[in-house]
Amino acid sequence: MNLRFENVTMRYGQQSALDDFSLSVDKVRCVALIGPSGGGKSTTLRLLAGLEIPSSGSIQINGTEIGLSEPQRLAYRKRIGVVFQAFNLFPHFDALTNVALPLEKVHGYSLSASIEKAESILDQFQLSEHRFKKPAELSGGQNQRVAIARALAPDPDTIFLDEPTSALDPEMTAEVLDAIEKLIEAQKDLVIATHQMGLARHAADQIAIIAEGKLVETGPAAQVIENPQSPRSQKFLGACLNF
Amino acid sequence: MTPHSLLFDSDSDGKSPSIQARVTSFAIALLALSVVLFAAFYVLQYQWNWSSVFRYKAKFLQGWLATLGISSISLIFSFLVGTIATVCYRSRFLPLKYLANLYVELIRGTPLLVQIYLFFYVIANAADIQNRYLVGVLIMAIFSGAYISEIFRAGIEGVGRSQLLSAKAIGFSEYQTFRYVIAPQALRSSLPALAGQTANLIKDSSLLSIIAISEFTLNAQEVNAFTYSSFESFFPLALGYLALTLPIMRLSRILEKRLRFDT
Repeated sequence: MNLRFENVTMRYGQQSALDDFSLSVDKVRCVALIGPSGGGKSTTLRLLAGLEIPSSGSIQINGTEIGLSEPQRLAYRKRIGVVFQAFNLFPHFDALTNVALPLEKVHGYSLSASIEKAESILDQFQLSEHRFKKPAELSGGQNQRVAIARALAPDPDTIFLDEPTSALDPEMTAEVLDAIEKLIEAQKDLVIATHQMGLARHAADQIAIIAEGKLVETGPAAQVIENPQSPRSQKFLGACLNF
Repeated sequence: MTPHSLLFDSDSDGKSPSIQARVTSFAIALLALSVVLFAAFYVLQYQWNWSSVFRYKAKFLQGWLATLGISSISLIFSFLVGTIATVCYRSRFLPLKYLANLYVELIRGTPLLVQIYLFFYVIANAADIQNRYLVGVLIMAIFSGAYISEIFRAGIEGVGRSQLLSAKAIGFSEYQTFRYVIAPQALRSSLPALAGQTANLIKDSSLLSIIAISEFTLNAQEVNAFTYSSFESFFPLALGYLALTLPIMRLSRILEKRLRFDT
């Protein structure tokens, strides 16, 4: 996967979430975005997922610009998967329908093929027994695994995960980390915004530290975590490792 | 079973009171209300004459059925009108949006009585609509449609932003987002309010009596006039409306409860 942000600025009213942000990532499988909350990680991820349009600047993924027109971005979003911090499953559908409906309505599966595919994916994530339960009847960890299954089901090349474990207790976090492991085994390109240093170090080939709307530092995971160069990343990582 | 436990709800343990407590306490509440009513009529020294009113029971029934029919048909049309108004309100074509907004504000901001007069004597006359039952149904549909549109609007706006983001991320088109994500959730959260609005529609249809539509209230007034009585026919009238609205309000409560458990 190649990613390229060139002078990207993202403003919400007066607030700048990203400020002249540039980042270049070449030929890696998994990128972790780390940094303080409100620093711009989630914005970076939402821009990458084609969910929002930058105020200025250009974003390329694998050599192609993410289109500015809505039809272009809709077509782009159909080829990727997104996992949110708060799962964002549809509360009025059971787990199976949450996974199967996009397959049927967006990806052209027949109803029976979509259900078959959804059942096999839920089975991979040990969720078969829960497939007829609605999100309100599932634990946070189970919900996040359904959300990961939903993102994986249409077989996208790239999956974006926005703080997938931040809303979960340690036990559920472990479940979800196992599920993310499966995405890596399935050879998916991943971009993960996370506070989970273990996940970043273990899964990511490259880490980008983002703070105050700017790229602070980027490089191979082990190198950035063990030997950060800039004072800002030393401060952030120091805080992470102290507690 | 102590007297105390028959009359007081236990501390907030979430359980509803026992059946005996509910029956006893309800009976006391009903008795208190009856005493007040009886006292009021006692002061009036009113001479009851039920037998003359009873002779007109067929007329009551006919009026009640008319109200039931008018309300039912109006309800269907008001859902149609409300849906159209909501769609217009969500339109990106601004004149249509403002038109929908104007409609809702004007209807909600004026008394039904005024609307009935205006619609009946001005619009229906100009449009040459002869059948006054049709006029009645149209008025009620337009009136109630504004409220239903407002309920739909609140329901749609209540669907969380995270749901819309999720639908977008999945690759749903705008139509698919509305069809599979917004509409089902908005409708579910609107159900209690819609049931309440249905009860309102039934009660409000009583005002159609002023344009001589022979519904429940007009029939009751006529019975009063025929029998030279003043109150007797109002009691069956109240009971007749309650027979329609109480079950609906009960349904509204049940829906509200179910909604709470679901989210």
